[in-house]
Amino acid sequence: MNKNNLILYSGILIFGLIAPFLFPAFKVQLSILCVLIVLATTWNIQGGEMGYNSFGNILFYGLGMYLCASVQVGMFFPLAEWTESGGEKTFVHTPAQFFQGMAVGLVVAAIVPTIIAGLIGYSILGLRGHYFAICTLGLGVAAGEISGGIEIIGAGQGFTTPPFPDVGSLEARGEFFYFLSFFTLILTFIAVRSIYSTRFKLILNAIRDNEDKAEAMGIETMKYKIIGWMISAFFCGLAGGIMGGLVGYIDSTDVAFDGREMGVFMVLMAILGGKGTLWGPIIGATIFHIFKEGFWTFFLGWQYVALGVLIVVIVIYFPEGIMGWLREKYPERFGEVVDEKDRKAQVELK
Amino acid sequence: MDFMVFQYPMITVQACLDGVLLGILFALIAYGMALQWGVMNIINIAQGDLVILGGYIAYFMYLYGIHPAWGVIVAPVIMYFLGVLIYKLVINKVVDRDLFISILATFGISILFMQLMNFAFGADVVLANSDYGTTMLFNNNVVLPNSKLFSAFISILFAICLVIYMKKSKLGRAIRATAQNARAAKILGVDTEKVYAATFGINAALCGVAGALISITFTIHPYMGLPYTIRSFMIVIVAGLGNLPGVAMSGMGLGVFEEFADYILGTEFRIGSVFLLLVLILVYRRFKLSRKREYLK
Repeated sequence: MNKNNLILYSGILIFGLIAPFLFPAFKVQLSILCVLIVLATTWNIQGGEMGYNSFGNILFYGLGMYLCASVQVGMFFPLAEWTESGGEKTFVHTPAQFFQGMAVGLVVAAIVPTIIAGLIGYSILGLRGHYFAICTLGLGVAAGEISGGIEIIGAGQGFTTPPFPDVGSLEARGEFFYFLSFFTLILTFIAVRSIYSTRFKLILNAIRDNEDKAEAMGIETMKYKIIGWMISAFFCGLAGGIMGGLVGYIDSTDVAFDGREMGVFMVLMAILGGKGTLWGPIIGATIFHIFKEGFWTFFLGWQYVALGVLIVVIVIYFPEGIMGWLREKYPERFGEVVDEKDRKAQVELK
Repeated sequence: MDFMVFQYPMITVQACLDGVLLGILFALIAYGMALQWGVMNIINIAQGDLVILGGYIAYFMYLYGIHPAWGVIVAPVIMYFLGVLIYKLVINKVVDRDLFISILATFGISILFMQLMNFAFGADVVLANSDYGTTMLFNNNVVLPNSKLFSAFISILFAICLVIYMKKSKLGRAIRATAQNARAAKILGVDTEKVYAATFGINAALCGVAGALISITFTIHPYMGLPYTIRSFMIVIVAGLGNLPGVAMSGMGLGVFEEFADYILGTEFRIGSVFLLLVLILVYRRFKLSRKREYLK
């Protein structure tokens, strides 16, 4: 790690730690931003690096959300009575119960989606290209529709997550969720960064560039594809669990398995920033979140129209993303050696 | 869970009839999807939203006192030009790019349409009442709305007209040539750009017809588009591109499946079962193909 990187990382870390005290009004927004970055970064593992463009990571996100809340309630109170109607008014979590439940819930929310990704991975990841994309889209929507029919987790009327206990400070809820999501973000970043410096990333890239050739070279592509998807699922589940507590209310199709919003957001953020780069999804998520919140605030009602237009514009005119554009402009900064003669010849050709 | 289906054979007959009539409509939409998929190699996620938009055209005619059945004539005309417009604005930039790009771009169009329809027409479930009455069969045990018969008849009519048009006309021949080999068609003087625009327009027009029929027979809602896309995608992958009898048969099969899922699992799982069936079909297909690949080794 060179000196510039050290300054950059410590700067971001310090900013992240003091941000909720600098901008107390934006705590919730900052937490959501952290969750979005986690989602975009982990989508990038199999969308950008592996070349398997999935609309279905929302499945793990929603699963994590429901699991975390269910465990948090179910550890101390009967789950069915809680979701029946207004259970959250009769049963109150003490602070100890709340944090205990949250901790166990988050672990479950991360582990179970990972296992599920491993189980379905063999059948789903055998699909290629657009079949994979549509299949995962179907998976996400099917999960939303089916969970909307299951009584014990609230069915169509939704599931209220346990309200934050009274610990004496009004600011505590925002700070708790901010630091939870921020540390998840750091965890994700460290994990993804260390993955990207190993042979594993090169294998994923080989799968993206030419899967048959990679297989012919003796790489067990299926194994690595499943592992890549499981890593994605782990962090998606974790992010979902945090987001469920943050929003405070889970609805099957509008919050948890929201394939039309969150499911597309993660793809869009990664593409906006630049697929297949470490920093791309982070930059993309930040810009996207600022744009989205600005639009949601000032043009309420037109936000989804703007979103549709934004998707089309980004996909058509900006498919390489910000990092891709920078890379084309300043290849030297990315450690690529450019032969001046060759470059000039290429420009002339164009 | 409800096992009425097995105890009362009339319900089975009812479900089969409803399913087949519904399936013919699905097959019409799927035919449009197969057309553009074969010719332009594009999967249009906005397909279902075009259907719903066609439905709203018929619904508005109904609101202004015109019989909604005329929507079958008006909707395709409007939708054809809308389709060409969408092609000129968006699709022609993604035609020869990565398939995922086109999926994402049409996903954007889908969200855009969904929301614009939500603004313009409101979020209510509506239907255009055609006053066609119902026919009772088998001692009044099976109810068959005449509008469903009408819609099935019109879809078959349109499908036959289109097949003849594709076989006989100059444009139809150009479309088929482009589907076979776009480069060769270009060399031989076919204006592929025009062919693509026309294909997308015809697809949108078919969606318009289907939508108008759906608004007469069933109900429409701005957010109901995506299931129609998924259904038509499913029908196309089961039948294969360019296999018209297959499209019709698998459309009807899907319709019957849905009616039975509705009776057995309950209405709240209807859409979910459609999406789950898609996943199962794709997974089945993947294992079948992989066995074939091993055999080739």
